[in-house]
Amino acid sequence: MMFEEPLLFEKSSPGREGYSLIEEDLPEVIPHHELEPNLIRTESPLLPEVSEPDVVRHFTRLSQWNFSIDTGFYPLGSCTMKYNPRVNEEVARMSGFLKIHPYQPSETLQGALQLMHELEQYLAEISGMDAVTLQPAAGAQGEFTGLKLIRAYHQAKGNPRKKVLIPDTAHGTNPASSSLCGYEVVEIKSSRKGVLAVEDVARLMDEEVAAIMITNPNTLGLFEENIGAIAEIVHSKGGFVYCDGANQNALVGQARVGDMGVDVLHFNLHKTFTTPHGGGGPGSGPVAVKQALAPFLPVPRVVKKGKAYTVEYHAGESIGRVKSFFGNFGMLVRAYTYIREMGFEGLKLLSQMAVLNANYLRQALREDFFLPYDGVCMHECVFTDKWQNEQGVKTLDIAKRLMDYGFHPPTVYFPLVVAGSLMVEPTETESKETLDSFITAMKAIAQEAKTTPEQLTSAPKLTALRRLDEVKAVRELKLVWKP
Amino acid sequence: MRYIPHTEQDIREMCERIGIKNPDELFAVIPANMKLAKPLHLPAPLPEAKLVSYLKKLSRTNETVDSFDSFLGAGAYHHYVPVVINALTSRGEFLTAYTPYQPELSQGTLQALFEFQTMIASLLGMEVANASLYDGASSLAEALLMALRVRKRKKILISEGIHPEYLQVVKTYLGNMDVEWVKLPINEQGRVDRYQLEKLTDDHTAAVCVQSPNFFGVIEDQVALIEIAHRKLALYISCFTESLAFGLLQPAGLMGADIVCGEGMSLGNYLNLGGPHLGLFTTRQEFVRQMPGRLVGETVDAQDKRGFVLTLSTREQHIRRQKATSNICTNQGLCALAATIYLALLGPWGVKKVAEMNYQHAHYLHQGLSALSGVKSKFSGPFFNEFVVELNKPVGEFLDYCQRQEIFAGVDMAPFDSKFKNCLLVCATEMNTKEQMDQYIEVAKEFLG
Repeated sequence: MMFEEPLLFEKSSPGREGYSLIEEDLPEVIPHHELEPNLIRTESPLLPEVSEPDVVRHFTRLSQWNFSIDTGFYPLGSCTMKYNPRVNEEVARMSGFLKIHPYQPSETLQGALQLMHELEQYLAEISGMDAVTLQPAAGAQGEFTGLKLIRAYHQAKGNPRKKVLIPDTAHGTNPASSSLCGYEVVEIKSSRKGVLAVEDVARLMDEEVAAIMITNPNTLGLFEENIGAIAEIVHSKGGFVYCDGANQNALVGQARVGDMGVDVLHFNLHKTFTTPHGGGGPGSGPVAVKQALAPFLPVPRVVKKGKAYTVEYHAGESIGRVKSFFGNFGMLVRAYTYIREMGFEGLKLLSQMAVLNANYLRQALREDFFLPYDGVCMHECVFTDKWQNEQGVKTLDIAKRLMDYGFHPPTVYFPLVVAGSLMVEPTETESKETLDSFITAMKAIAQEAKTTPEQLTSAPKLTALRRLDEVKAVRELKLVWKP
Repeated sequence: MRYIPHTEQDIREMCERIGIKNPDELFAVIPANMKLAKPLHLPAPLPEAKLVSYLKKLSRTNETVDSFDSFLGAGAYHHYVPVVINALTSRGEFLTAYTPYQPELSQGTLQALFEFQTMIASLLGMEVANASLYDGASSLAEALLMALRVRKRKKILISEGIHPEYLQVVKTYLGNMDVEWVKLPINEQGRVDRYQLEKLTDDHTAAVCVQSPNFFGVIEDQVALIEIAHRKLALYISCFTESLAFGLLQPAGLMGADIVCGEGMSLGNYLNLGGPHLGLFTTRQEFVRQMPGRLVGETVDAQDKRGFVLTLSTREQHIRRQKATSNICTNQGLCALAATIYLALLGPWGVKKVAEMNYQHAHYLHQGLSALSGVKSKFSGPFFNEFVVELNKPVGEFLDYCQRQEIFAGVDMAPFDSKFKNCLLVCATEMNTKEQMDQYIEVAKEFLG
């Protein structure tokens, strides 16, 4: 298992092949005769020549070098690494969902359109919003979409406004999406309690602020308890409240952001609704809005007329399209399947257990690792390396040492407002036994930090590779293999 | 609930340790008036067997490109996906991993993406590729944003042959930038008019953007176009919707383009009603620090063994925040893996053969259709696996007629642009057998009389 797996290119042998092609008996048209010579490819692409067994073995071996939810506890904060049900995969691979073309006539796509229409309704109901678009391909595209809607609304009123207020605990995508949308970012410092203070928002809010972007619960795992008062202030100046839905796993079935004064919410279906992360995607980032913003939603829209579903490609005030076709439909199928399996009772239980798990970890580890914000947390909690620093041990060392204990590390060095943060999100699908073994490992690491800190600073040792040199990767940039 | 392992005893013990009576207390921070007042109105939960049978039934109300003979393309192509791809991408170790932030636990994803970058850069004739973007449309939008950053100019010349949905996405993405848009008209060949390009390119031009094969299926002669763009120091962006074309066709990277980007779904990914697909993005080494998206780089570990990491992350949103080169975080990792496996299975010769078969099939069908009275080839330029024909009868009626014979006969062009009234975009891939194509020609003949 520890042996190096060469790159496929290094296993290539001229003449080997891994495909079986259909051969049709067609009168031959020879492209080389028909096409202008400068249109024909002059050099073969650099692809390996390998057999199918070579390919299967190569990628199977590579897969074994990955940590995943299926192999172990993956408490990556704000990423909601919970179990991805296999039934979702089974359904998403049904031919009637997999092998459908976006330009088929709508009467041949009734099942797909019905699924999308119903998923929009479920998401609206779950979040307490009025209308939903399923088009955005991921959370960041959802943010951009939501901000475009807000901008379009203000524009229609005559002034697109200039600024977006964003707390210092926000994901980096929030400011990046705002700036893509043409807004200047104004950062709001979180209070000492780790949440937004009403007076800070009141001081910064004016009629040039288009929106405030709040993550609730925020990335410290804390519920933004002043959200009601903040929404009132923002609304009184004609602004909108945008909620980053990355952390909805704490709220589904308990409370709805729509009832908290939020006007726009993006979901991360690959977080809350169990579509797999796939080593970095595909995701899906539906956006839910209140009625005032609904006319601006992207096209196309699925609409129900009588019993039939159709697609509307034009809508007067729409911001247009953010993604080709209908969005990441395959991910929508998985989320739909999950919601149909869970129902209201399941959703309610999941958030409850997610929050219970996080608080159990917080309580169990609070004497071993510094908690910058002590007190009840929601679905995740943030520790730091403050006490370990005294032994010269940093968050990165703790993270790497956890690997030797068989766990994926938490999110590290985020949120940025906390020095050396370790953000732990256990999720509801982990058992008490798993949490207990994680707690044991963390306590052992805290102990090692005191007695044998080199155990941490030289970790990991049990992985296929030791610590990787990220500086060298930048300095001697090598992004492609060369023969 | 089968995904939630907590027993009553677990819950009791955990609450005790936390010092609460029941888990509801943990939600006390949420103001009472914000808590859910009544149960959500959602369908009752379904056990697995019922869930699967319900969804199977629902899925069967869709026709598919298997149940019908499909000649639909226009940005989403029906190609064969070898079964090995699903077997490998379904492995939980790939499927349920996150973005590879911890390289020691993610070498599988990282090495596969490094192989992906190598293959894609080479397929498109470019020096560097990123680890994927959402889709072809957002890749093009990101390319234009990058061109504006690199050249610090305001004018963008964009071909009329760009996929209309891509253009819509681009306009949404760049809608709040100070950009002067100039449309590059196409000629009777269905290609960008190079004399117009020459006239329209000037010292304010940040980018010239052309799709090839374009929305009409026509292969552009880009060598001359690139030369014109570069004369005024504009970046040349070459976009595509059909990545398999480059098994046969010269990619713009080998002609000197600055950014080559587009849709990679044809490489081992399913139609999926248009997503998830795979955004490909390649450029030249000199622009690498202006690129959007994740990049995987080679390095060594503490014992000098080769390994891979995410690199140049100071371009990205989680470090640079509002000054990042893009807001993208999650990309299309698993679709990129599927493409990597696909390209590995096919190798250089397989890719060429599949591309040639697409060419052969489309030309066979084109020959048959354009020989019919009532059918006219719309453009005279060379094409790869799709083409536009003009009918002497309304396209809608023709499509309905074919649909009754279980044929998806093509994409009506009129909704995209009224000047394409009576025009149909027809695609044939290696999946369309001779029998299917002969049948299509027969049905068309019946209808057009």
